[in-house]
Amino acid sequence: MAILSEDNCRALMKRALSYSKADECEISMNGSDAGNIRYARNSVSTSGSISQTSMVISSAFGKKLGIVTTNEYDDASIEKAVRLSEELAKFAPENPEYVSFLGPQTYSPQSKTFYQDTADVTPKLRTDKVGETLQIAKENKLTAAGYLQNSAGFASMMNSHGLFAYNTSTDASFSITLRTEDSLGSGYSTKDYNDVSKLDTLAFTKIAAQKANASRGAKAIEPGKYTVILEPAAGIVLLEQLYGGLDARSADEGRSFLSKPGGKTKLGEKLVDERVNIYSDPSNPELPTNSWAGDGRPQEKISWIEKGVLKNLQYSRYWAQKQGVKAVPNPDGVIMDGTNASLEDLIKGTEKGILVTRLWYIRQVDPQTLLFTGLTRDGTYYIENGQIKFPIKNMRFNESPVIMLNNLDALGKPERAVSGETFQSAMIPPMRIKEFTFTSLSDAV
Amino acid sequence: MQGADNALKKKMADIALNAARSRGATYTDVRIGRYLNQFVVTRENKVENIVDTESYGMGIRVIANGCWGFAATDRLDTDSIAKAAEAAVIIAKENARIQSDPVQLVPQKGYGEVSWKTPIEKNAFDVPIKDKTDLLLSVNDAALKGGANYVNSIIFLVNEQKYFASTDGSYIDQDIHRIWPLFAVTKIDAKTGKFETRQSLSAPRGMGYEYLIPRESDKIKSVTTLYRDRYDMLEDAKSAAAQAAEKLKAKSVEAGKYDLVLDPSHLWLTIHESVGHPSELDRVLGYEANFAGTSFLTLDKWKSGNFNFGSKNVNIVADKIQPGSLGAVGYDDEGVEAKRWDIIKDGILVNYQAIRDQAHIIGLKESQGCCFADSWSDVQFQRMPNISLQPGKAALSPTDLIKNVEKGIYIVGDSSFSIDQQRYNFQFSGQLYYEIKNGEIVGMLNDVAYQSNTQEFWNSCVAICDKNDYRLGGSFFDGKGQPEQVSAVSHGSSTSRFNGVNVINTARKI
Repeated sequence: MAILSEDNCRALMKRALSYSKADECEISMNGSDAGNIRYARNSVSTSGSISQTSMVISSAFGKKLGIVTTNEYDDASIEKAVRLSEELAKFAPENPEYVSFLGPQTYSPQSKTFYQDTADVTPKLRTDKVGETLQIAKENKLTAAGYLQNSAGFASMMNSHGLFAYNTSTDASFSITLRTEDSLGSGYSTKDYNDVSKLDTLAFTKIAAQKANASRGAKAIEPGKYTVILEPAAGIVLLEQLYGGLDARSADEGRSFLSKPGGKTKLGEKLVDERVNIYSDPSNPELPTNSWAGDGRPQEKISWIEKGVLKNLQYSRYWAQKQGVKAVPNPDGVIMDGTNASLEDLIKGTEKGILVTRLWYIRQVDPQTLLFTGLTRDGTYYIENGQIKFPIKNMRFNESPVIMLNNLDALGKPERAVSGETFQSAMIPPMRIKEFTFTSLSDAV
Repeated sequence: MQGADNALKKKMADIALNAARSRGATYTDVRIGRYLNQFVVTRENKVENIVDTESYGMGIRVIANGCWGFAATDRLDTDSIAKAAEAAVIIAKENARIQSDPVQLVPQKGYGEVSWKTPIEKNAFDVPIKDKTDLLLSVNDAALKGGANYVNSIIFLVNEQKYFASTDGSYIDQDIHRIWPLFAVTKIDAKTGKFETRQSLSAPRGMGYEYLIPRESDKIKSVTTLYRDRYDMLEDAKSAAAQAAEKLKAKSVEAGKYDLVLDPSHLWLTIHESVGHPSELDRVLGYEANFAGTSFLTLDKWKSGNFNFGSKNVNIVADKIQPGSLGAVGYDDEGVEAKRWDIIKDGILVNYQAIRDQAHIIGLKESQGCCFADSWSDVQFQRMPNISLQPGKAALSPTDLIKNVEKGIYIVGDSSFSIDQQRYNFQFSGQLYYEIKNGEIVGMLNDVAYQSNTQEFWNSCVAICDKNDYRLGGSFFDGKGQPEQVSAVSHGSSTSRFNGVNVINTARKI
């Protein structure tokens, strides 16, 4: 029920628009059928199925806007929600920055975001997959905690200027932490895909098991500057702070790491190492994303950082209009180029360094320099002469992704990674970074 | 959109309870929730957004074959409710195949038909939108007139209308209100390109619009005005503009050991992360190992009865009843009446935060009432109650406390926060830092963050001001669980002193 067909969406949103008395009205809808199973202490803990939809109604009179969200779709409820959005708009003062809703748009052909086998996952299949995982944990005398979920959803929008967009998508994700019985070792693995058939939960369980066993008996080393290899699941949580912070307005206003004195920005300037290429591409088959943004703008392939140079910034429609530039929406489906080198190749080429599985509790310390703090977790190892020598205790870092990418030493092959902080996915290579700054030791395992 | 009356909700709940029972559930609870939010969002002289959101649906949790199952739906006709109940039972029975031990619920009496409301004076949802936009625009105007380059301000309102029913015989109707006014003021030095922000010193509260009606008796005059149970947003914005400019010129801190004097507007977050989370029993037991993490406060430390979490000054209480707090409710989301208990007593770990299926593990005869779900669509689980540091018994003001500090930093407001997955190593920053030399505040500092180990930090707590200084801070967005849920929680404290804490300098060049 929660996945409305394109026809049903059109009909429902047309009905909502028919109640509108505003100068402009826009309706957005989304919904999903989702199922999950959570496990810990080598047993299932909580789980569930959730079926839900939501409708957002935006009404504008001139430059006055009101927005209401509802999930009740009988005629009386929809009409009441439309009226309330109009009331809110009437009470709102004029917003000189208001920009009218878009008219009809042309979108690139939609990449394959929906996989029926993901939508068809049953509670039994989820239980079976987790059952296999728990079996491996028990056989290896490890304690498992993790999460397996699948969802199938739709998103659609329609407005009084004739814009209409619709898409469906699926997602399946798995994450696991395996801890040794003596609590002295811990390993982690996580992945997500649109197609559940790619989600090899057994393989990911084995990786976490290997990491857990190899992390027992960690030694403390002095905090300081070290060469690190960030696995994609670790690197993504710092990189997303960079490509998620490419807002033109804050840069133009002088309150971004991309601002320069005198109202200038770093657009067009070399920001990081010249081997860094970051772009977004909604048609990438490994990371398929929507061909339209939430406000109806087309999502197109676009370069953000090319050969280390800042090539583009994202603009709200108002700010683009004011600056006389194209209104490029937020990055979605982000890809960072790499090489064909494997993680093992990067380790082999490391004289002295630290292999990082996961970074955790990432928080901004200084927006001016994009300085972030956080800690390593669930598998941190010391490398010497191209080999992992011993596990080390976790450490806190204070590092800026801008400084980090200027200290780039080597890149590996990009793979789809999911952020443990924002749960967003991107194609990220393993990265070897020089002089990564650790500031203190942690006793946490 | 009309609120269903309780007779109708009871009828819908009974459909779910009966459907689950007929499919083999041995326990069922049902939550019918209508969740309302309002956001009024402004910047400078513009109202950017006025948004009302409303979400209505039902979550059904069952035990079948000794295992939990859950299903949620926003279709509330008889057939959809029965199907959701059936889905919850199917999930429970499937999962029972891989469960190691059956769920063990501590007994809970049914309360019959009861209700509870947040004791508000003025329902913020009833206050005209114009009053809110006028207030925010006047706040912005004051900041801009005070020299700020930019200012963003928001009023964020929450109303949870929750109806709970269970096979224990409870039918509980609750009407819960929360409010959070906040702003961020930015000042830019055009010459150097440096910018600084000063955020509001308000707290999110379990209150109505009365929180935004200033009262002189709720003001504490310090280096900046601080607020108890009423907030003067306009006054704070004026101070913020001046302080953002002052931050641009402030001295960069010299890294090293300092005695820290932490205001409640800052200390709440350190309490939240380093006391609140590690004393959650689900973390201690390993249920959060994959995401939020575990805890260094293991059961053996509690059983020993002598684990010195902090100095003798440190008394920390959990509660779900404190008026005006975010955690205050009549009953939790599994039908347990709200209560209050000790977590740290004279520095010793004495208890945790537990729910019905955990209570037996620590020998409790009843749940502590810490079960919560952030929506009808998410399953309830153990969430943090208000966790508060109790004021010192001896009379002590912040001014008197600072008089005894030779080399220290006074920190006001919260900012960056990060802690490891077992809650040992943390790092915090604030909004305002003042250098203390020989008992006097001598000027503002910048680029400050402190790092410590939880047990070491709380054992360095040498003084806590008295109850006259006690204030609440808190968060609307404490995140935990998979799928991640947020909960709102308050933390009270009085200004406190911590000796010899490691301070780092966070200035960098890019």
